[in-house]
Amino acid sequence: MIRIVLPPHLQTLAKVGSEVTVEVEGTATRNAILDKLEADYPLLRGTIRDHVTLKRRPFLRFFACGEDLSFEPADIPLPDAVLAGVEPFFVVGAVAGG
Amino acid sequence: MAQVRVLVGTRKGAFILTSDGKREKWDVNGPFFGGWEIYHLKGSPVDPNRIYASQSSSWFGQLIQRSNDGGKTWEPVDNKFVYDGIPGTHQWYDGTPHPWEFKRVWHLEPSLSDPDTVYAGVEDAALFRTSDGGKSWHELSGLRTQGTGANWMPGAGGMCLHTILIDPVDPRRIFIAISAAGAFRTDDGGQTWKPINRGLRSNHIPDPTAEVGHCVHRIAAHRSRPNVLFMQKHWDVMRSDDAGDSWHEVSGNLPTDFGFTIDVHAHEPETVYVVPIKSDSEHYPLDGKLQVFRSRTGGNDWEALTNGLPQRDCYVNVLRDAMAVDSLDQCGVYFGTTGGQVYASADSGDHWMPIVRDLPPVVAVEVQTLP
Repeated sequence: MIRIVLPPHLQTLAKVGSEVTVEVEGTATRNAILDKLEADYPLLRGTIRDHVTLKRRPFLRFFACGEDLSFEPADIPLPDAVLAGVEPFFVVGAVAGG
Repeated sequence: MAQVRVLVGTRKGAFILTSDGKREKWDVNGPFFGGWEIYHLKGSPVDPNRIYASQSSSWFGQLIQRSNDGGKTWEPVDNKFVYDGIPGTHQWYDGTPHPWEFKRVWHLEPSLSDPDTVYAGVEDAALFRTSDGGKSWHELSGLRTQGTGANWMPGAGGMCLHTILIDPVDPRRIFIAISAAGAFRTDDGGQTWKPINRGLRSNHIPDPTAEVGHCVHRIAAHRSRPNVLFMQKHWDVMRSDDAGDSWHEVSGNLPTDFGFTIDVHAHEPETVYVVPIKSDSEHYPLDGKLQVFRSRTGGNDWEALTNGLPQRDCYVNVLRDAMAVDSLDQCGVYFGTTGGQVYASADSGDHWMPIVRDLPPVVAVEVQTLP
């Protein structure tokens, strides 16, 4: 079970609380958990990753275990604490005024 | 008694303003989609309770929202806008080739006959259509690939397709406009397109009378005369009497002919409204005075309408999609400002009043006249 924390606008869109959980078969990579998240909540497709390229949208970041994972490869296993459900995987909107 | 519903898109959400036919007292509902940019909302002419909204943000991209009850409740529908085939390149600001990249939907134009069919004008400029109520969108790529696309370039606001006019007599004929490419027309429902910019002159581009490259800000037409078009170009107010095949300037006695929005009276096809803006480097009214100008002669002769509008210290802008008219017997005219006011006139522009005054910057105003 992977815990994912979404930014407030995406919580509203998906009609969920701040944290959702997904179950992933096989290796829990970033792509795998986002694939599962989008399968469970189809309205999130295109809001975190580009529809076609699946690249992270530029103003979003991925954090876990106190680390910025945004620039890590998307197909490597997530940290052990995330895999164990001890730590959540954060989808964070860039801080910006206006 | 008839009702009027004003759909307002702002930088931080949508608002719906309602009044009876007197248009004196207004209820304000919203914000809907708070915190998101709402570039446009528009209702279906055949089912006014079906309303579509373009919701976007730099963080989370594009969403299309749909209401089936006049805006009381909303449901997000599909948000996938993918260009047909290999998108290719257009010109970037420095003249170099730049790949086409979808950014947002600027304008939604529901079909005149089917509430499930809607056209969407997007940035980077292209035209999409849904025929299933917004669940899926497909590009009408004949526009982007008609031969001049590689020469289009963005205006300061991006390379946006912002105007979509469907001919009420022949719905296969559609006019669109792009900043900064110009105006285009299809006569076959969107399969093939041609530039319709003859007569436009833009002194800030290398060839001022080029076939494309003009920064058209807005086009409007009266539904009874779809061949007569009025255009607010970057600079210049223009008119065409032959469906865009040729244009001539009708700026006449306007104090400045820069501006963004333009619209036509609901019952008087020769009565046209613009909001002159000082210049393209100062996006606010002349001398701090907010003035709508009206021509009752189809252009050239313009009169300032100021009654009820601020005449000192006013430095707001009125954007291209932020003016609309109702179709009551006494035509109502409405516009929104970047200062968050929406002004209305219930007498064709003679008198104005703010019907709401402290919204986020207003991007779009549409009006529905309800029985």
